[in-house]
Amino acid sequence: MNLNPKIFESKRPGSQDVAWCPGCGNFGIRNILMNALAELGLTPQEVVIISGIGQAAKMPHYINVHGYHTLHGRAIPIATAVKASNPELTVIAEGGDGDMYAEGGNHLLHAIRRNPDITVLIHDNQIYGLTKGQASPTTMLGMKTPTQPWGVFEEPFNPIALAIALNASFVARTFMGYFKESVEIIKKAIRHKGLAIVDILHPCVSFNKVNTYQWYREHTYWMEDHDPYNREDAFKRAIESDPLPLGIFYINERPTFEEMSPAYKRNKMPLWKREPKIEEIKKILDSKRRF
Amino acid sequence: MSENTVVLGERENVEDEFLEKVNFIEIPLSRMAKEVGSPLYLNTVAAGVIAGLFYADIEVLEEYLRKRFASKGEKVVDRNIEAAIKGYKLGRTLCEEGIVGVEVSRDRSVKDEILLSGTEAVALGALAGGMNFLSFYPMSPSTGVAVFLAQHAEDFEIIVEQVEDEISAINMALGAWFAGARAMVTTSGGGFALMTEAISLAGMAENPVVIHLAQRPSPATGLPTRTMQGDLNLALHAGHGEFPRIILAPGSIEEAFYLTAEAFNLADKYQVPVIVMTDEYLVDTYYNIPDIELDRIKVEKYIVEAEEDYKRYKLTEDGISPRAIPGYGKGIIVANGNEHDEYGDITEDGELSRLMQEKRAIKKLETIKKNAKLPKLVGDKNAKYLVIGWGSTYYVIKDALEQLNRDDVAFLHFSWVYPLRDDIKELFDGKVLIDIEGNVTAQFAQLLKKEIGVNVSYKILKYDGRPFSVEEILDALKEVLE
Ligand SMILES: Cc1ncc(C[n+]2csc(CCOP(=O)(O)OP(=O)(O)O)c2C)c(N)n1
Ligand code: SF4
Repeated sequence: MNLNPKIFESKRPGSQDVAWCPGCGNFGIRNILMNALAELGLTPQEVVIISGIGQAAKMPHYINVHGYHTLHGRAIPIATAVKASNPELTVIAEGGDGDMYAEGGNHLLHAIRRNPDITVLIHDNQIYGLTKGQASPTTMLGMKTPTQPWGVFEEPFNPIALAIALNASFVARTFMGYFKESVEIIKKAIRHKGLAIVDILHPCVSFNKVNTYQWYREHTYWMEDHDPYNREDAFKRAIESDPLPLGIFYINERPTFEEMSPAYKRNKMPLWKREPKIEEIKKILDSKRRF
Repeated sequence: MSENTVVLGERENVEDEFLEKVNFIEIPLSRMAKEVGSPLYLNTVAAGVIAGLFYADIEVLEEYLRKRFASKGEKVVDRNIEAAIKGYKLGRTLCEEGIVGVEVSRDRSVKDEILLSGTEAVALGALAGGMNFLSFYPMSPSTGVAVFLAQHAEDFEIIVEQVEDEISAINMALGAWFAGARAMVTTSGGGFALMTEAISLAGMAENPVVIHLAQRPSPATGLPTRTMQGDLNLALHAGHGEFPRIILAPGSIEEAFYLTAEAFNLADKYQVPVIVMTDEYLVDTYYNIPDIELDRIKVEKYIVEAEEDYKRYKLTEDGISPRAIPGYGKGIIVANGNEHDEYGDITEDGELSRLMQEKRAIKKLETIKKNAKLPKLVGDKNAKYLVIGWGSTYYVIKDALEQLNRDDVAFLHFSWVYPLRDDIKELFDGKVLIDIEGNVTAQFAQLLKKEIGVNVSYKILKYDGRPFSVEEILDALKEVLE
């Protein structure tokens, strides 16, 4: 077991100049993630982070694990395929609330159905950071932004309730201001076999003046004696809005996408090590000789 | 259709204009089907009639029906066989009474050939090329490839996943290649249109991917069950920004097999999207072909082991950076759709941006061009007239030229459609060019003009959703040559 999170610090030249604003919650999430990986005893070579687009999605550049910074909203299908192609890797999909719930919403829904063994970390700052402060699906009712000057009137997205409604495999919420608890939740999410969704509340100090560090402390609480295997209770907790419950809402162990795939029924090798089955092709061609 | 064409069927189903042009023989297909038990058996009756006309082995047809309907139960099998026999007898009677005369002699030489559809050729070619991951969203006429592969997924130990949309399909394929798999998507017009952002990501991140694009007449939903060669411009220009791609378009079922297999080596080697363009006509055609030479297929893998200080986007002379994958070697792999430095981290640096743009859009393209395949010349290289075609029209054009039988007309067929080698220009020098393609605006002729500056003199275009017939091409060519 490797307990030194420093191995996840990137020495690459491009990693030295971090584009996040001073005081941004993304720094805290990076720290939490590095500690969680270290405590799990993982090496940088075993971990892949697939990110979408946004401030949160810049994570692969500021950490020493394999990474692929892809397109807005598309981290989940890419991560799904990475895991399916090489189940030996620990695969994390990472992005903001706009990335995962707006542009990538459809993929999230279907990933829950598909249940690949990946961890989805959503940096939920309730705003679009990279594009300078437009409302996101989780922006609170009434909040005014440059593009919603009249105040948001759409019902905010409830990712926790949605995931439980779809019978997701692992659903949790944390606030990055609580370091130790967040490390524990992310460790459990990564260790969980199946799709693990963690909504991570974090302040955007530049564009969200409502949901500050202090706001999150005052408007959240940790669930105690909650049984995450009880779906009804989980759902009741999920629709509480103020204060917001934190912790693991729901766990539902079910077979993963990779386990169910015919590719791995008899053969556990990652796909890159495999050769085409010419004998099987011959068989099919032979069967075409009569009709 | 010519005056020698014979149409068998029911009068009410044949338009009047045809009745005058062709020899029409009325046969009571519906009644015969109903006698068996249901109008549903009409197709089987008709198949029986045709088998009868050709004095085919009825046992072969029976065996086929037994297999085809086995899952539906004995009764369905028996009824179908009964329907086939009814039709078969009628077919024989028509011949024996001299109403229809079909003279074919058995050709024993094709006994060992295989009967394959374009769909099967693409799917089997992909498997031979090492494909082990297919993600798709159903869309005609591309779905057959997914159906075939899903049915064989277990034997081949591959992943076949029907996903939520085409955006997911192509992004999954990119992820699979990133992790070292050989992935393909199969799609048609509208689905391909949805994939374009990710095709651009493939260009930027230098992520290999193979796309099977089975064309149908569009825009929008077009004529979903018909054929056209209308999406060349889409394939050429799909994606924003500048990056290379390879476009292949098999001319025949055999070529669909070999070229699809080859697409995977090309994607792996050059780290670009490789688009295999077929169309409804090619994928839905069955043809008997000599045995496939599986030894001809070589799976060339270009994955390298990542050393300690691995640079995913190393600047190289030929524009190709050795590609490592997570899980092999000590190095860390960072891929990126943003402009990046050699390690793959985001950069805004002007000089680096310029070098990376040149690496992708100039150096890599030049490397691909140099190694591009030449078009196939049928006929005399000194012929005055040169017919040009691409993709699925190979055999119809070839047959039309055989019937035309003129030494001064040759045919140049492109199955490697893009990028074109600079030195092919000389193939056109001093010739009268006749372009034949299945679209409205002569997209391939436009490409030739843009890439190598040649002008075609005549265009023979078809865009009613139907494939070219040999007769049509022959007539059109005669008109041009007069
Ligand atoms: C297809 C596409 N549409 C829009 C954008 C522009 N865009 C980039 S990030 C972003 C939203 C970012 O918000 P969020 O995902 O919440 O991440 P944050 O920056 O707050 O971490 C948008 C709209 C894009 N890159 N691609
Ligand atoms: S804009 Fe907001 S989310 Fe983005 S880095 Fe700055 S503070 Fe963080």
